[in-house]
Amino acid sequence: MKANVRVLVPSGVLGLGFDSEALARAVALKPDVICIDGGSTDSGPYSLGTSTTKYSRAVCVREWRQLMQARATLGVPLIIGSSGTCGSDDMVDWMLEITRQIARESDTSDSPLNITLLYSEQDRQAMQEQLAGQRIKALEPVLPIDAQLLESCSHIVALAGAEHLQAALNTGADIVIAGRTTDTAVVSALPLARGCHPGACWHAAKIAECGALCSTHPTSGVIVVDIDEEGFTIYPTADNAHCTPHSVSAHMLYENTDPFILYEPGGHLDVRGATYTALDETRVRVTGSRWVPTSPYTVKLEGARLGGYQTTLLALLRNAHYVANAKAWVSRLQDFLHGEISASLSLPSGSYGIDFRLIGVDATLGELETQTSAGHEVGVLVIVTAESQDMANEIGKLINPFLLHYPLTDDEALPTFAFPYSPAQTARGPLYEFCLNHVLELDDPMSAVRIQVVQA
Amino acid sequence: MKVIELIESVRSKNAGPFWVTIDLFCGTEAAYATVSKQLRTEQVAKALGQDMNAVKRFDIADLRVVKFSVHRPVVQGHALDRDQHGAQWSMLVEALDLDE
Repeated sequence: MKANVRVLVPSGVLGLGFDSEALARAVALKPDVICIDGGSTDSGPYSLGTSTTKYSRAVCVREWRQLMQARATLGVPLIIGSSGTCGSDDMVDWMLEITRQIARESDTSDSPLNITLLYSEQDRQAMQEQLAGQRIKALEPVLPIDAQLLESCSHIVALAGAEHLQAALNTGADIVIAGRTTDTAVVSALPLARGCHPGACWHAAKIAECGALCSTHPTSGVIVVDIDEEGFTIYPTADNAHCTPHSVSAHMLYENTDPFILYEPGGHLDVRGATYTALDETRVRVTGSRWVPTSPYTVKLEGARLGGYQTTLLALLRNAHYVANAKAWVSRLQDFLHGEISASLSLPSGSYGIDFRLIGVDATLGELETQTSAGHEVGVLVIVTAESQDMANEIGKLINPFLLHYPLTDDEALPTFAFPYSPAQTARGPLYEFCLNHVLELDDPMSAVRIQVVQA
Repeated sequence: MKVIELIESVRSKNAGPFWVTIDLFCGTEAAYATVSKQLRTEQVAKALGQDMNAVKRFDIADLRVVKFSVHRPVVQGHALDRDQHGAQWSMLVEALDLDE
């Protein structure tokens, strides 16, 4: 029998929503597996730094309940990768807790659910040993790395690959809850295991991993992809949604530095020879993609560490004189504030940061901004970064009266700007930074993950 | 003529926390031919504050797309990052002149 696997991807990420009617239509097509992502680095380092999700729990529960019901209807595996945005061990446990809550509430299954947990968080000490053993290699752009940096990470995760998800599926899982995985491995794991064309599996996975983003109706979420021994066919199931050769092929560009090559654990996808053919107005057939295995087997690492604590202030300039001279005013105010901080707080200038963002002038692009058209008001966002929250707050309080009243020159009346709320300063909490852009070489790919089977 | 006056759309987005990638969807074959020929990598590098050798460029005739990828000057989420998703850099490229 020829290998043929139908994969249902309900959405680009759990928490983003999907069209329920489109989901029902996709379920009626009897897919062999339901796959969804739970996150990525897209939202920034805070999630990994704190081991928390960016998404509303209530929204995730509502969506996951629908997917668990779809799984129960079909009797096929349901896989979530990169659980809870960052895919830390805590977030695997968070998804397990949600899954158990839904299983208890629904109480429809006559037999317990088999849930397989795939943990991919890495121990700091173990990573230091791997670094000493020269098994951690830098990617472009090269970031500095040493034992101390690894020790300073609050969390380090490895991006698990298809092999790891296949091992999880092989436990007889009804549901796989995975920590950080590559976005694509979640989709490619089962079709690869069933003998579908490897290039087609990975290419299909890259196109489908953002759900209906590869279609003409991106917010509908639901995408179905049929993968076989020669290629794949992809289509959305929402009303008025279509895949076209252009919408599908253009998705290889998305969030990818190289539009033809995609690196994964154990190899890379090469789509330079791919051809995209419209089967009708909704379905696109793709063939000619290649999977190129490489050795040694590597997994990408992600790490986040504390970068200080922040307090922000916001003021609004509406006075035309100050709007016209906002940059000069900030420059003068900054000089003054550094003097005050040195005098009052005895802080050396390198131990804290005060960053002014002139909203309406160049807040978004900074020095690269080319537009000079002036509006009638300017927002002044002040971001203080210091070594402790107390110190960031203290600097914020020191700045507060001057942000409200500081004059452009010494010989003019004391101005008063607009503060939109009281107090003007807001403690933002810890700031985290991504600090790893590296891969870990593995003799045994499975050594990067831990698999645990539980029931609900 | 400015890039955006000729082509369909420009999209900018992070490709992971360390890269930004900018896709110019030209629409017509003629627009693609013009952009591919006249938009110099040097211009794009300058607009993005980058060294020319640091810009990866892909001219993709099949898609009528010209794509640029660069290292982020500050890593996503850093205290000095102004645009966490790198989505506004498209404005710098779409405003470039093609007949400069």
